[in-house]
Amino acid sequence: MRNLIKIAVRNLFRYKRRTLLTSSLIAFGVILVIVFGGLAISFKTQMIGTLTNTALGDLQIHRKGYVESIDNLPLNLIMTGKELAEVEDVLKQDASVAAYSPRIKFGAMISNYAQTSNIRLSAVYPEMENRTCPGLVGRIKSNVSNPDQFIRPGELLVPDNLMKGLGLKVGDEIVLVATNKDGSVNGIPVRIGAIIESVLGPGGKDGYMRIDDAKTLLRMDEAEIVEVAVHLKDFDRLVAVFKTLKEKMTTPESGLEIHTWEQLSPFASIARIVDLLILVVKFILISIVMVSILNIMTMSVYERIGEIGTIAAIGTRPGRILSMFLMEGFAMGLMSTAVGLIIGLGLLWLMNLTPIDFTFGMMQVSLAPRIPQGEVILVTIIVMFVSIFASLQPAYKASKMEPVDELGHV
Amino acid sequence: MSLIKLEKVTKVYRTGEVPVTALKEINLEIGTRAFVSFIGPSGSGKTTLLNLMGVLDKPTDGKLLINDVNIVLLDRAEAAEFRANTLGFVFQNFNLIPVLTVYENVEYPLLLVKRVPARERRERIFTLLEKVGMIDQKDKYPNQISGGQKQRVAVARALVTNPQVVLADEPTANLDHATAFKVIAIMHEMQRDLGTTFIFSTHDPKIVGEAEILYTLEDGALVNQEITKRN
Repeated sequence: MRNLIKIAVRNLFRYKRRTLLTSSLIAFGVILVIVFGGLAISFKTQMIGTLTNTALGDLQIHRKGYVESIDNLPLNLIMTGKELAEVEDVLKQDASVAAYSPRIKFGAMISNYAQTSNIRLSAVYPEMENRTCPGLVGRIKSNVSNPDQFIRPGELLVPDNLMKGLGLKVGDEIVLVATNKDGSVNGIPVRIGAIIESVLGPGGKDGYMRIDDAKTLLRMDEAEIVEVAVHLKDFDRLVAVFKTLKEKMTTPESGLEIHTWEQLSPFASIARIVDLLILVVKFILISIVMVSILNIMTMSVYERIGEIGTIAAIGTRPGRILSMFLMEGFAMGLMSTAVGLIIGLGLLWLMNLTPIDFTFGMMQVSLAPRIPQGEVILVTIIVMFVSIFASLQPAYKASKMEPVDELGHV
Repeated sequence: MSLIKLEKVTKVYRTGEVPVTALKEINLEIGTRAFVSFIGPSGSGKTTLLNLMGVLDKPTDGKLLINDVNIVLLDRAEAAEFRANTLGFVFQNFNLIPVLTVYENVEYPLLLVKRVPARERRERIFTLLEKVGMIDQKDKYPNQISGGQKQRVAVARALVTNPQVVLADEPTANLDHATAFKVIAIMHEMQRDLGTTFIFSTHDPKIVGEAEILYTLEDGALVNQEITKRN
């Protein structure tokens, strides 16, 4: 094997310029995957992190049918006190769950006594919400001295565009009017505690208030929770935890449903497009490697017919000739991948020295590109596999050559 | 005991519709440590015969034994193994690999065919390069040495695997007379020193006289066998 490697490397460097050109092309493909993958994965991770850590949570639990009519924010699809207790019990016992936050979600009218608009409200327990969506406080446009009490009683967090639309400022008193599940309309005065940036873009009209205030507005005796957001200790275990919680909570008789953030946010489609783009880039890499290796190995075989005849004549077994050419293709792939990885990872490292900041919708994104180890291993395996696969046909052809034909004479 | 034995060996090529008989019922025996030459005009069957004895091709009919092995029965892999263990080749066009040095060219069969440890490999190559007078040129590339030197390297490469027989088809065809004699002299010396059987074809009348046994071929038939003065 060592001899084969030695010969393969030696043969590759016979035609230095050609080897370097082909190698550069493959290395470029690897760099493309590493850099694009690093940027795209970083973008996706940031976006998902922002969404889950500032608004959605990693998972949400609702009464069955709630998500289907989520745009209407129905107040009749609530969890009973027993169901909520059971949900809380399961979540507290699961070591993967870092925190959870019960919410009442409802629509209301907001009025400055002269103008009226509508608002989607999330009524929360501030402490629990802060633990479940630790990034939420970062969206509040004022200093929050105690993140666990980011909304004070009688206060409302209002999104930026509503503040501007209604000409409001922090500290102003407004009236909230809402209809409860029985159809009874009620209104209460509240003070604007702070402005909150909308995570969903300029059209977002999501505000926050305390559950106790919502109970008063909606004339509830007990908090009638419609949603429990869940934050996991390890986001990478989302699928596994989702399965476990689903098994425990959504029995046919429970009447509950559980969803991951992907099933709740339209950004999941963007995330899938990002994955698709990464896949496309990988296909480009595969094509580059396939064409480059096939081309160079085919040329190599045709240029070396006489030599193949000679080495076959001196007693090289057909299998060894096959291995020799396969090894050349493999060595070419390996060298190119190594160079591509070094340059690609180097570029990612340089990019991390000066993070790339930009705004996506209303989200401030600061890209710190990094590529997961698994992706690096996958890229290496892809190139190696394709290199061998692309070398197979030329190598097979070489091994099948008859020395007497290729030499012309002995 | 014969090293090579041909019994009624016939070779017919079937390219196109007309079969061409290249060899007709050849019978001959070649012993160990022999220095044999085949002569004859172009198309007389010299190359075909050397191809058969080199296990590069198979006879259409007849029996060809080398070391008592009937080579007709060998498959491709077995034939390759047999060539690796028993035979060495010297080609008219030298067939050296242009991007490898003299040393590396001689080393090539040892890397590819035999699994010889590095130290022994080096010793064998140095010994042979010294014997063929190419040790000082070991780091040169084929395009930096003369035709005669290339053929000396080719002889060293043929001998590096310690074959019993070296087959050389027109080894001096591309060389001037003086160089051709030198190459034949080296082959003779190797025959004496290493006990290798050399079989070569030529149509150069001056070189012919260097052989110990001389076979003449005409139209695919063996027409004469002559024991020369050297024997």
